[in-house]
Amino acid sequence: MNDIASKVLKGDPRSVARLITLAENSSPEAAGAMKDIHLHTGDAHVIGITGVMGSGKSTLICELTREYRRQGLEVGIIAIDPTSPFSGGALLGDRIRMMELATDNGVFIRSMGTRGMLGGLTTAVYDVVEILDAAGKDIVIVETVGVGQAEVDVIKIADTTIVVLVPGLGDSIQTIKAGVMEIADIYVVNKADRSGVEQTLAEVESLVDIACTNKDRKTPVLTTVAKENKGVVELIDEINKHKKYLKKSKMFEVQRRKRYEAELVEIIRKRLMNFIFDESKFKGKIESLIDQISNKELDPYTAADEILGKILK
Amino acid sequence: MERKIRVLIAKPGLDGHDRGAKIVARALRDAGMEVVYTGLHQTADMIVKTAVQEDVDVIGLSLLSGAHMTLFMDVTRLLKGKDMEDVLVVGGGVIPEEDIPKLKKAGIAGVFGPGTRIEDIVEFVRKNVKR
Amino acid sequence: MYEKRELNKIRDKRVDWEENCYSNMAKECPERKNKFENLSATKIKNVYTPEDIAHLDYIKDMGFPGGYPFLRGVYSTMYRGRLWTMRQFAGFGSAEETNQRYKYLLEHGETGLSVAFDYPTLYGYDTDNPLARGEFGKCGVAISSLQDMEILFSDIPIDKVTTSMTINGPAAIVWGFYIANAENRGISKNAIGGTIQNDILKEYIAQKSFIFPPEPSMRLIVDTFEYGFKQVPRWNTISISGYHIREAGSTAIQELAFTLGDGLEYVKSAMERGLLIDEFAPRLSFFFNAHSDFFEEIAKYRAARRIWAKELKKLGAKKDRSLLMRFHTQTAGCSLTAQQPEINIVRVTMQALAAVLGGTQSLHTNSMDEALALPSEKAARIALRTQQIIAEESGVTDTIDPLGGSYYIEWLTDKIEEETYKYFDKVKRFGGVIPAIENGFFQREIAESAYKYQKEIDKKERTIVGVNQYKMDEELSIPILEMDEKGEHRQINRLKKLRKDRNQSKFDRNLKRLRKAAEGDENLMPYILDCVHSYATLGETCDVLREVFGEYKEPAIY
Repeated sequence: MNDIASKVLKGDPRSVARLITLAENSSPEAAGAMKDIHLHTGDAHVIGITGVMGSGKSTLICELTREYRRQGLEVGIIAIDPTSPFSGGALLGDRIRMMELATDNGVFIRSMGTRGMLGGLTTAVYDVVEILDAAGKDIVIVETVGVGQAEVDVIKIADTTIVVLVPGLGDSIQTIKAGVMEIADIYVVNKADRSGVEQTLAEVESLVDIACTNKDRKTPVLTTVAKENKGVVELIDEINKHKKYLKKSKMFEVQRRKRYEAELVEIIRKRLMNFIFDESKFKGKIESLIDQISNKELDPYTAADEILGKILK
Repeated sequence: MERKIRVLIAKPGLDGHDRGAKIVARALRDAGMEVVYTGLHQTADMIVKTAVQEDVDVIGLSLLSGAHMTLFMDVTRLLKGKDMEDVLVVGGGVIPEEDIPKLKKAGIAGVFGPGTRIEDIVEFVRKNVKR
Repeated sequence: MYEKRELNKIRDKRVDWEENCYSNMAKECPERKNKFENLSATKIKNVYTPEDIAHLDYIKDMGFPGGYPFLRGVYSTMYRGRLWTMRQFAGFGSAEETNQRYKYLLEHGETGLSVAFDYPTLYGYDTDNPLARGEFGKCGVAISSLQDMEILFSDIPIDKVTTSMTINGPAAIVWGFYIANAENRGISKNAIGGTIQNDILKEYIAQKSFIFPPEPSMRLIVDTFEYGFKQVPRWNTISISGYHIREAGSTAIQELAFTLGDGLEYVKSAMERGLLIDEFAPRLSFFFNAHSDFFEEIAKYRAARRIWAKELKKLGAKKDRSLLMRFHTQTAGCSLTAQQPEINIVRVTMQALAAVLGGTQSLHTNSMDEALALPSEKAARIALRTQQIIAEESGVTDTIDPLGGSYYIEWLTDKIEEETYKYFDKVKRFGGVIPAIENGFFQREIAESAYKYQKEIDKKERTIVGVNQYKMDEELSIPILEMDEKGEHRQINRLKKLRKDRNQSKFDRNLKRLRKAAEGDENLMPYILDCVHSYATLGETCDVLREVFGEYKEPAIY
């Protein structure tokens, strides 16, 4: 077995961190280790948490984690922040609200930038979830800001998806990307000590009535005050109930299967693209095809046939 | 795919002057790096554990209270203990000239005082990153 | 302020001048810069005329010193009667060392004291707390108990000299040390005077030395207001501070708008408690920065007074004492350079002059070496001498508000006022100051201004002498203050002994009573004073409150 993989399986933090970096950079080294660890994954319950800026997601995750730790469970957290489209850099600051978890050896937090790669983020996050899972985390939490399509896709990795809202932030429901509201398995109205909470609750409830097509399970709406640790135990109960529901209704297997399917498709897509665009033998060919297209000597479809023909031979 | 430089910007100690830390964090982001910012009041243990989990190439420490001799060195000592000397460590703040050689000897590769151009910090990080 | 006909004449003349004189000259000798903007990015015109202040009504908008709207000064005699208080912020190491520095400053003509505390003290930790590691006495003096306060002020006549204390999170307790020390020395609470900074909102916004969450913090502050005007009538129970907001990188306008917004928040909190505005408002004081943009700073102080008077009147204040804004000023620490440190004396002189022309009630001038280390004795003395020269030699103190009526200054004062009200509206949209803090509004505004400023310096769009222009290689010859290395050890031993020697049952009882009171809604000051008198340490007392109130965590803004 790959050396880094065996260390990851023992839960060694430095190896976990290093393998995540390799996976994030699509390094060939990562692929080997990922193969070795896959057999040891599948046990962690994956929770996706999304919501607008200022909804208190990070604080809520911190409190959830503390509660899981009290129950003796180990937690991995993946905090995703947008990469600047201009510079390619990112400011990853979600940890600020979780620093009290920094010295707990049963918690592993990793910040990631979206890096603006089509589909790339999702593949990387699949990998990070698997790595944390393999390293023995019982719970893996994925946090995103619910504003872009990439974030919506990422959150679909989760077994249980939680959408966090707050009262008073104007139209927090409207500002969330269309499509995010629909993916929630649980709604949380955080900062529920603020005025306007009844109105927000009413809005969410009516949305659930319209949008929820599942006859067996009505999407629950909970209230929390994360900074005072209120409603957190109840939220965990609800997550556990959802987990049971998934298992009982066989939805769990269906969802996982979907996840693996998507993962496989992503890996193939990515490798294929890398194969075509990074391999030197195609480089010159592609350039000349583009020239021909520009000069109207060729159309893009024919050019694509030509490239694919070479691969499929 | 191009490998991104990952940086941890941390404020050890108790002082709340985060103007410099935030400016440097933004500048490094604008230079295309991924910057993890910890916020205030970090112990050396917190900083090093965070550096491990985030697998950063660089740690930037900012401190204006004058406690740098104790607190910067706490960080480098812990890094040494974990065999993490391949992480580039830089520091900034109100740091008297006479302390700089001692800090460098302890493993703080770059020390940046008031009046430093942020571009110089960016350049230094780019040139000296070890991994 | 002018007849319409007169104004038309002026306008015609000005247009003529623009077209025929200025632009011709500018063709031959082009303007030095693409744009002329002050530090708040306000566009500055080539010349100001009566047109720019035509809308002003002298009596209503300007008035006379000592009268509404206090634009021209808070007292009718201003510096013709009494100069501002020369109050140098000082403190380092142990109480013994700082006591020596205070005596030195008083001997050299300083007229008020100002205590800088070290970080553990600012966060309510005793010197022997593990979190205090490396910080003892570094940025100020370590005060962990009444005993340290006794040493700090030994042989200093605290019934004659007033003292300002820069302390926020644990302000009520440290003030308790000061009051208890006076009581033990047989000095009446009526006789002591001074200021506690006690401004927690700007801590959340900028300086970040907070302990408790907003709600209990506001309660403690209103407790000190109430206790203050009833029991310690000469004490300013708050110094609402823009200084640190500016140091964190804000513009002058942001400094003013955020500070006044904080001030109004305190007034509203106290009124909600049922305190009468005319009882507590006279004890509110302010603290501003004096940065390098000379005229903008002067206009800022003048606008501050006028806005405050207007707003307090709206809130129902009747007495002049409630409407007038008294403030302390400190020159901008963030403008000091580590390069060619001696030239900081010149920067400080201009900044101090702006504060005086703006009508400050007290002033701290920075020492030239503060971008390098804590000020040495000589540097601190030169800083004080700077004030004495402005006061005694320059002549600017002979008349009141000497720049009043300047077209430029009056226009700029108005402009700053206008922009301030725009910020008030933005904050209102968040639902007030505290929700805006929790949303990171102020923090983001400041971080953006700070980054913009730094980039301008890096790109040389803004010149800082010695930093990005007129640089030189130099040997640093600034003597660095040496601290007594045994101070920390001595302090820790003193704490140990204090904990052993004090009356334990009295100590236990008083802390228990404080906890109970904190859980209820009584005024905590009397309980705090009981704890202080029984030699409970700062850390022990704060811990009780931490347990009841919880601790504040800052939102992630960067």
